[in-house]
Amino acid sequence: MSQDSLRVLVAKVGLDGHDRGVKVVARLLRDAGIEVIYTGLFQTPETVAAAAVDEDVDVVGLSMLSGAHMTLAPLVVKAIRDRGSDIPVVLGGIVPNQDVVELTAAGIAAVLGPGAPADQVVDAVRRVAAARA
Amino acid sequence: MSFPRQQWQQAFDESRLREGPFQTMSGIPLEPVYGPDDGEFPGQYPYARGPYASMYRSKLWTMRMFAGFGTAIDTNQRFKEIIKAGGDGLSTAFDMPTLLGLDSDDPMALGEVGRCGVAIDTLADMRDLFADIDLGEITTSMTINSPAAVMLAMFVAQAETAGVPRAKLGGTLQNDILKEYQAQKEFVFPPRQSMRLVRDTVAFTAAEMPRWHSISISGYHIREAGSTAAEELAFTLANGFAYVELARQAGLPVDSFAPRLSFFFNAHIDFFEEIAKYRAARRIWARWLKERYGATSERSMQLRFHTQTAGVSLTAQQPEVNIVRTAIEALAGVLGGTQSLHTNSMDEALALPTEKAARIALRTQQVIAYETNVAHVADPLGGSHFVESLTDEMERRAEEIFAKIDEMGRGSILEGCITGIEENWFQGRIADSAYELERNFNRGERIVVGVNRFLEGNDDDDLAILKITNEDETKQKQRLSKVRADRNDAAVRDALDRLAKDAVDSEVNLMPALVDASMAYVTVGEMMNTMAGVFGRHVEVPTI
Repeated sequence: MSQDSLRVLVAKVGLDGHDRGVKVVARLLRDAGIEVIYTGLFQTPETVAAAAVDEDVDVVGLSMLSGAHMTLAPLVVKAIRDRGSDIPVVLGGIVPNQDVVELTAAGIAAVLGPGAPADQVVDAVRRVAAARA
Repeated sequence: MSFPRQQWQQAFDESRLREGPFQTMSGIPLEPVYGPDDGEFPGQYPYARGPYASMYRSKLWTMRMFAGFGTAIDTNQRFKEIIKAGGDGLSTAFDMPTLLGLDSDDPMALGEVGRCGVAIDTLADMRDLFADIDLGEITTSMTINSPAAVMLAMFVAQAETAGVPRAKLGGTLQNDILKEYQAQKEFVFPPRQSMRLVRDTVAFTAAEMPRWHSISISGYHIREAGSTAAEELAFTLANGFAYVELARQAGLPVDSFAPRLSFFFNAHIDFFEEIAKYRAARRIWARWLKERYGATSERSMQLRFHTQTAGVSLTAQQPEVNIVRTAIEALAGVLGGTQSLHTNSMDEALALPTEKAARIALRTQQVIAYETNVAHVADPLGGSHFVESLTDEMERRAEEIFAKIDEMGRGSILEGCITGIEENWFQGRIADSAYELERNFNRGERIVVGVNRFLEGNDDDDLAILKITNEDETKQKQRLSKVRADRNDAAVRDALDRLAKDAVDSEVNLMPALVDASMAYVTVGEMMNTMAGVFGRHVEVPTI
């Protein structure tokens, strides 16, 4: 078990009610010794950014399965940056490979596609947290 | 004394049959069903072997493909293609804002308009959605829950404007709000207020729309959210019992509405378990309706269901392999005796399906229906020691869960379901099962081809994906602002005042006010906000 005491905010933005993935990922991160805070459903980029900065988390994890990621994920990054914070944002869910380049350009630190196994999720979170520090 | 076989034969002989020949490829003639003379037969209580005596000998399942994206005009095109390709029922997917009762110009709708389904704001959109489609001929399913009453009202308003009286409309409203709190999470009002709207739609359709299925009680989303097969079965049927109790409380006799309740189950990848689940579902429903709720009409006891293959079983890796998964799942639905079926497209772990992918999914059903001969014989696995034993086990596990829900509700399944939701009991069980399944996958105990085994070919990434641009969102907002500009503001105000007044009195059925509001081009968001002003809004306590 790692001793890194990372804190992650996992969030659902917009109207997407699919919460299976976000809950499973939250538990997997916990299993890996990471502290997890879950926003609950129907958040806006603003509420996520505010929670991330207030809670001083190391990483924000977004779970998006409704197809709105190209609109909303960049807005979350922007809302965090507008608060003067460099907290990295990781995106997971139904995200086709074709979208990854544009998402990276918009400041998303890592994209986890469907079927990503637990160790990949944990690695991605640790990697982007380490890259920030 | 007559054997069950003789009774079955009589019912079968009275059924209208499809054209044969019903034989194997090499010419061996096939009976409509097999089994001992004194055994169970399809069309006989408790219906484990099927709701009808003749099953697919009379009519194949309805190939009902779920579709919807962009504006109503785009989806209308897709509907017409489905009809042309041989699909015989329409199934409408709405976008997220519509599902949550928000207008396309609501700030929360940003980025979601027309993305997961079609955007419907007013009667004008409903008109475009069904343009040149005869609503008195084709049956239409509308997958919507929190604003189900609003959408039904708009549908009735549109049909009647087009000259089709409501009594002639055939179709299904999903309208299953309980599973929204448990699994799908598209809720707006608190549970009890939502149940009032369900009651109103059930009473309205029972009185005025004899061909309409008022609720499609859905396990699909419960399973997709991560439940086991037994939990899907039990939670879904418990929700069904809750609606029965709700309607009886409202004074409706059980046989006046139960024949119009239908079900919607998942077809996951564990082939035999799924078949056992469908067989157990029919048996449990029949017993409970008869013994606990006093139904006397056969139609009330016969569980009929729609099936959709499991979206969660699809993989983004080597997506063409999803065609195979879907075919196997669809076959389970058919061998389990489904009344209608939607097959997912291979690209749905990535995006909404392209036209080609959706066509292949429909073709999959057609191969099962017309090439394999599996529809010739009803309940072909009935009598298999394995499948019968698995059916019994499914029933046993479901009964354990009913007992727990009944206990939570102190003798009322309706109260048990609402309490279970309020206390996060359903949500917690589903999350636990999802987590367990994921751990099995991570430990390598559960193999998913192309994901944790057999990875060669994963780099081959040339599947064409449907792209939905923000253009549709802009277009839809323009359409909405034009409707707002052109309508009679005084009529809108009057309609909303009446809706608010009716909402306050829980004895009043809200459907007439909603139909009138639809006619006045009141938007979905305006109707929902007006009701929320009276009902309040539901907020889920976030738990991991």
